[in-house]
Amino acid sequence: MGLVASETQFHVLAVDDSLIDRKLIERLLKTSSYQVTVVDSGVKALEFLGLIEDGCGSNDTSSNSTRRNHHEVEVNLIITDYCMPGVTGYDLLRKIKESTSLRNIPVVIMSSENVPSRISSCLEEGAEEFFLKPVQQSDVNKLRLHLLRGMG
Amino acid sequence: MELNRLQRSFLEYTAALFREGFLDSQFSQLYQLQDESNPEFVVEVVSLFFDDSERLINDLSRALDQTNVDFKKIDAHVHQLKGSSSSIGAQRVKNSCVSFRNFCEAQNIEGCLSCLQQVQQEYLLIKNKLEALFQLEKQIVAAGGAINTVEWML
Repeated sequence: MGLVASETQFHVLAVDDSLIDRKLIERLLKTSSYQVTVVDSGVKALEFLGLIEDGCGSNDTSSNSTRRNHHEVEVNLIITDYCMPGVTGYDLLRKIKESTSLRNIPVVIMSSENVPSRISSCLEEGAEEFFLKPVQQSDVNKLRLHLLRGMG
Repeated sequence: MELNRLQRSFLEYTAALFREGFLDSQFSQLYQLQDESNPEFVVEVVSLFFDDSERLINDLSRALDQTNVDFKKIDAHVHQLKGSSSSIGAQRVKNSCVSFRNFCEAQNIEGCLSCLQQVQQEYLLIKNKLEALFQLEKQIVAAGGAINTVEWML
């Protein structure tokens, strides 16, 4: 194709509190040749995205090497489970869309429950897609469109 | 030839598991994710399911044994078990979780206890069957063959 982006891998951040589902989504994304970061909670996702500070503050001398912010880590798409304790997938979606720097990153929600009101509120809040679990290869194939659109 | 016999057994065994509703198409999806770079993927994920299920079933037993039963907590555990069984294609376990959640919602202890028993039975059944399946796979590989999941295209 000759585009620079064909040499760069898309980076997907996956968020799910279920170990089995994390393993599955990671594998699904990797078979599509995406670079994948998987975290097990909404809080860790927010930390990774630089929306909240990780750790308690400046007393931790190693914190500078682990602290990341959205200028250093590029994420091209976020795929998150809806039902998680603490920060839910919906909370995460809202925080991302409220952030001036991150709001253009496509967000996809996954859920084991087919609740129409849940689906429409996520889409209204700006989610690109809502996948019912278990997520299939055909669902993951749809992500490419959103990733390519994000390049513009 | 031994290998042919083993491979035929494998196909017949899995066909029965699908036909009898123990497994659904999600199980065959797991094999689609297995390749040379991840040759143990299915066994790994299924092992996680075994560990997870045993833990949840224990938690559920304990929770139902309390003087004041916390139905919200029980529902949360069952929701988790339903999710993981669905993710690996353990259809009967998943279906027994659906009934379980209904009894939770109705705050019906007897119903919940009965469902727990059923979930446990279904879990033990599928565990035995999958372990037997993986044994068969090992034998096929040891005999120099590979497992064929193409015929599973449901």
